[in-house]
Amino acid sequence: MLQVENLNVHYGKIHAIKGISFDVKQGEIVSLIGANGAGKTTILHTVSKMIKPSSGSITFKGQNMSNVVPQKMVEMGMAHVPEGRRVFSQMTVQENLEMGAYSRKKNKVEFESDLDEIFTRFPRLKERRKQHAGTLSGGEQQMLAIGRALMSRPEVLLLDEPSMGLAPILVDQIFNIIESINKSGTTILLVEQNANRALHISNRAYVLETGKIVMQGLAKDLIENDDIKKAYLGG
Amino acid sequence: MLLIQQLINGLQVGSIYAVIALGYTMVYGIIKLINFAHGEVMMMGAYFAFLAAVAGMPIWAVFLISMVLSAILGMVIERVAYKPLRSAPRISSLITAIAMSLFLQNLALFIFKADPKVMPTIIKNNPVTIGSLQISNITIITFLVSVVFMVILTIFISKTKSGKAMRAVSQDTEAAMLMGINVNSTISLTFAIGSALAALGGILYAIAYTQVMPTMGLLPGLKAFVAAVLGGIGIIPGAMIGGFILGFIETLTKAYISSRWADAIVFGILIVVLSVKPTGILGKNIREKV
Repeated sequence: MLQVENLNVHYGKIHAIKGISFDVKQGEIVSLIGANGAGKTTILHTVSKMIKPSSGSITFKGQNMSNVVPQKMVEMGMAHVPEGRRVFSQMTVQENLEMGAYSRKKNKVEFESDLDEIFTRFPRLKERRKQHAGTLSGGEQQMLAIGRALMSRPEVLLLDEPSMGLAPILVDQIFNIIESINKSGTTILLVEQNANRALHISNRAYVLETGKIVMQGLAKDLIENDDIKKAYLGG
Repeated sequence: MLLIQQLINGLQVGSIYAVIALGYTMVYGIIKLINFAHGEVMMMGAYFAFLAAVAGMPIWAVFLISMVLSAILGMVIERVAYKPLRSAPRISSLITAIAMSLFLQNLALFIFKADPKVMPTIIKNNPVTIGSLQISNITIITFLVSVVFMVILTIFISKTKSGKAMRAVSQDTEAAMLMGINVNSTISLTFAIGSALAALGGILYAIAYTQVMPTMGLLPGLKAFVAAVLGGIGIIPGAMIGGFILGFIETLTKAYISSRWADAIVFGILIVVLSVKPTGILGKNIREKV
């Protein structure tokens, strides 16, 4: 579904991503794990076309993406939930969700049924639909950010640090939500510092260190790997 | 009675400041730029109206032509002068805005010459007397036209898809891009609307003072800027409130203190606001949740 080949990204003179290749198959959850500054967020931004790579190719649904403008990505079926949630804080919960559906053709019935679906998945958002997003708690904002992305009916969902800064009970909830979104047919590319949790819900994972992939494989094998245990799983 | 008379006058001046201030605040909201060329767009709008009126067009056409041409002018200014600097430090665009202001002023000077032109009468002055109050119909029309456009703008921003996209871009440009919103065309649209409103202010100003000249945008432009800051820059209702407050203060100063002090007091307000509540009347400090 998504292939990235030999990707290089530079920030000025800094070589942030050094020839990375990976792929995500339909229906999978694939994680990119690694420490701060390993380049995980940069990769997601490059995949969703927010950053221009210096070289390398990105293929989505068999199509080369090099000449696609960022705002077309949503229409093509890719949604990106950015790090730090980035909800529109001065807009209501409902308006945020409407913005998520921005790229879709206007169809009131379809929109309403999608909205219902989001509200069934996140009942808290329904209670707060008229509230400004800025008044929500961190966990609720994360749910809104995910719900907003789902409003575009994506085939692939990119999630950047969805558990960041959340209380443990909410982290559980968010990971359950990610699994259930995947079960209902959405492919997921997940970036997480919480490697342990990420590996437990993923099919496969790539381990990044300073812009390079140092290890890859099935998530269940990586969990058992001693190096990974030492470096990322706290034991 | 004099007080009421003065308040009514203040309403007229205030509604002109308010419509001009809207453009300042919308542009600031979306690209965080104080568009110092905004007063000159208002001046060009007045000239467009002047030309249309001299050509004998009906009043609706005068408004329409001036506002449409100014909207186009605004979009061109953004495209040529500000868009290339979007990722440059903010001071670069600010200096460019000042340059654009001077450029437009001199362009008008070159095309229309320095002497003020008399604005043809497109609305006959026809004072209405209520008790001992005399209200000019121009005052009433100015106020009503401004309010109608403010209501239309408010509905547009809060209800329509493009209006909501505008708010989304102004709150978080990158997140808006991730939603599939075309940021470039949204910014263009903002400049178009802001500039059309500046032109509206320019026409109403030209009707009220019956003349147009190349430097006419300077003071109303600066005062509208003060109004936008007073109300809270980037906040649309703030610009309206700020405009009216400024109009009242100005006319009351002229009536009860001295007309020579009016400008000094208006700009004094800017200093006070910036030192006491820099975010303006409706502004709040936005806290970020981590």
